[in-house]
Amino acid sequence: MSGHMNLTLKVWRQKNKETRGKFVTYKADDISPDMSFLEMLDVVNEGLTRKGEDPIYFDHDCREGICGMCSLHINGRPHGPKEETTTCQLHMRSFHDGQTIVIEPWRAAAFPVIKDLAVDRSAFDRIQQAGAYVNINTGGVPDANAIPIPKDVADEAFESATCIGCGACVAACKNASAMLFVSAKISQYALVPQGQTERYSRAQAMVAQMDEEGFGSCTNTGACEAECPVGIKLTNIARMNREYFTAKFFKQEEAH
Amino acid sequence: MSSFKQAFTSSLGKKLIMSLTGLFLCTFLVVHLIGNLQLFHDDNGKAFNEYAYFMTHFPPIKVVSYLLYASIILHAIYALVVTLHNKKARPVKYAVYDGQANSKWNSRNMGFLGTILLFFIVSHMYSFWWKYHRDQVPYIEYRSDLNSGSTQTRELAAAEFNDYQNFTDNGVEVVRARDLYRQVEFAFQEWWLVAFYVIAMVALSFHLIHGFRSAFQTLGWNHKKYVPLIRFIGIWGFGVLIPIGFAAMPLYFFFCK
Repeated sequence: MSGHMNLTLKVWRQKNKETRGKFVTYKADDISPDMSFLEMLDVVNEGLTRKGEDPIYFDHDCREGICGMCSLHINGRPHGPKEETTTCQLHMRSFHDGQTIVIEPWRAAAFPVIKDLAVDRSAFDRIQQAGAYVNINTGGVPDANAIPIPKDVADEAFESATCIGCGACVAACKNASAMLFVSAKISQYALVPQGQTERYSRAQAMVAQMDEEGFGSCTNTGACEAECPVGIKLTNIARMNREYFTAKFFKQEEAH
Repeated sequence: MSSFKQAFTSSLGKKLIMSLTGLFLCTFLVVHLIGNLQLFHDDNGKAFNEYAYFMTHFPPIKVVSYLLYASIILHAIYALVVTLHNKKARPVKYAVYDGQANSKWNSRNMGFLGTILLFFIVSHMYSFWWKYHRDQVPYIEYRSDLNSGSTQTRELAAAEFNDYQNFTDNGVEVVRARDLYRQVEFAFQEWWLVAFYVIAMVALSFHLIHGFRSAFQTLGWNHKKYVPLIRFIGIWGFGVLIPIGFAAMPLYFFFCK
């Protein structure tokens, strides 16, 4: 078929968390440029299954770019070469015929490999559980517009809340730091009135959990921002630092 | 107190120390550059040698200088601690890692640039600070006629020199000082030392273009209104003006003296 591509894939294969992984080379022939990257892997997996081989294990769910489940470090970049794009939204027209594509899982101590290209991102869940919530008192249902929030503030909080928790920031960071993720989650609550009650305990608890999980420190390279599929900004990290230092030095709640 | 301890041992707190010590070192660079501009005075080093005496003997400056040494050491130690921690956060490296695609070279190599600067600081302090403090520099006497304004200089033998002196005798101002200027002049006759200084200043430029802006980000001072100003000062002040000013000194002595 015209326009179809033949590719060489170098895929990280690893049986489980305990075993050592290695790269295995596969041919991906007759790939349509209109396929998504995951569909290309589906085609390769069909071939492997027919041959009775173990298919390549990778994470995916909605395939619409909104769930944050897909990952993959493609030719040295999380979610591949395109900006603000998840792997499921990355199309094969971003590659060319005869190209070799190296596919690796997210590499971080805090994200152990489950199998092949899938990593365990439950560290993110534990960070969220540490503080990314608001207390709602029981009682009557409040009026929808009872709490006025300036439009700019609501927009900013919304921007932070668009984080899909895919982990590309950790994958891109040379230090495997999770600060873009954590700062987005802290910001979305710190900005709005509903998040004020736990504002300072939240920053402390989430940063403590982040450190506990073994993520690296931020060196402000900006790689996370450049690779984030939903465009979370570095200003969130500055805000997290503000929230955290304010909490630690001035606002820590203590009964006297 | 445990809250402070927690704050400074967290990943954010370690960066806070990097940021604060780094910014303090930046303010030092400004003072150091302005002071060292005395080297360009064509007065056989009188202004520079007087300045060197003042900087090593004025008590408040001495206090600040100890803070400065502490900052250099803390900045280097914390850089090492943070770097080791960061290496541990990614035990299995990527086979392919396209850092160029999403970040600047200098932001990813601050440790390398910083190591060059640390070597430079050690060498620089040995050449001038150590030799000055250990009396391994020549001595000089300036006799300025206050009426005519003309100055005569004379190298003093070690036996003639007691301590820094500045007095007026019969319309002639006499200054006896350690001649650090001569030591500078002497050191910068070596082409390799001049080359090393220029290379170190290039490293300083790249280190500060990232570091200055980065320090404010770590402090949490990131605002649309002020970030352009911080970037401007970081790039043109600390990335261009200051390194060029410092690099001009060895080049001036090598080519013009």
